[in-house]
Amino acid sequence: MKQREIRLEVTAQDHFIAALAALAVGLTVAESALPTPLPGVKPGLANIVVLLVMLRHGFAAAAWVMSIRVLAASLMLGTFLSPGFWLAVAGAAASMGVLLFSRFAPRRLFGPVSFSISMAFAHISGQLLLAKFWLFSSADIGMLLPPFALAALVFGMTNGLIVAGLIAQGAAPGAQSTHA
Amino acid sequence: MNSLEGLFKPGDWGVVLLAALFTAGLFFHAWTKPAGTSVVVRAQGRIMVRAELGRDAEYEVAGRLGVSRIEVRQGRVRVAADPGPKQICVRQGWLSRAGEAALCLANQVSLEVAGAGKAFDTVSY
Repeated sequence: MKQREIRLEVTAQDHFIAALAALAVGLTVAESALPTPLPGVKPGLANIVVLLVMLRHGFAAAAWVMSIRVLAASLMLGTFLSPGFWLAVAGAAASMGVLLFSRFAPRRLFGPVSFSISMAFAHISGQLLLAKFWLFSSADIGMLLPPFALAALVFGMTNGLIVAGLIAQGAAPGAQSTHA
Repeated sequence: MNSLEGLFKPGDWGVVLLAALFTAGLFFHAWTKPAGTSVVVRAQGRIMVRAELGRDAEYEVAGRLGVSRIEVRQGRVRVAADPGPKQICVRQGWLSRAGEAALCLANQVSLEVAGAGKAFDTVSY
């Protein structure tokens, strides 16, 4: 009997997305080891990768990187399907939603800093809404809002500046220099 | 490395400002007490007046030294006049937040704003 060969066509685009997703996963896993004053307050360094991909290669590629990051990082951290995983999904979905709308923002006026801050605020909004309506429906999360917003402001701006700096330096995502 | 300002586009400053204002607003909202709804005036330990802050009025309360005048105006309340020597409670001015209080110690008159929410941090006996 003739053996049928199943061959998956792997395009250069697939390799590219896989490489960047790996980078994003690495950043997520690395920062999960950072001590934080409040669970959930994190720099969100993977957003740097996602935003860079979005600006250079479009929304679809960024959405792939984000999805793979959330899924793969949760598998590596052992949080897959745990509440923390769903919080990550909610945050990721909200920030991708904001990025979807960012195409309407004139690029002449708004740069990576705007997008990054918007992403960060969308991220905490998605997470806190899920937390409010599903996980801790009885608890009052109002007191959590200010520190989370402050973290989103600071880290959102920092990450945005890093993206802007990388773009200004001509760093192409996919090249090794993205990590520099 | 280019200068930091060069990394901002014009609209970015607006976004940063907006986000900062939003964050500051959240802090302000979380830290300020809710507006009070009524005032309780005590003289020598006994409750003399219980009044809604919504209704403008003036009250005269007799304390140990003399008469303290309490004024309610536009949702706020103050000690308008007090015979005490230091005038601390008078200089406190207008109070409107739940839990705020003015004490005229010498005259043994006190004024406390109460809110709709929890009026006490803790209760024990």
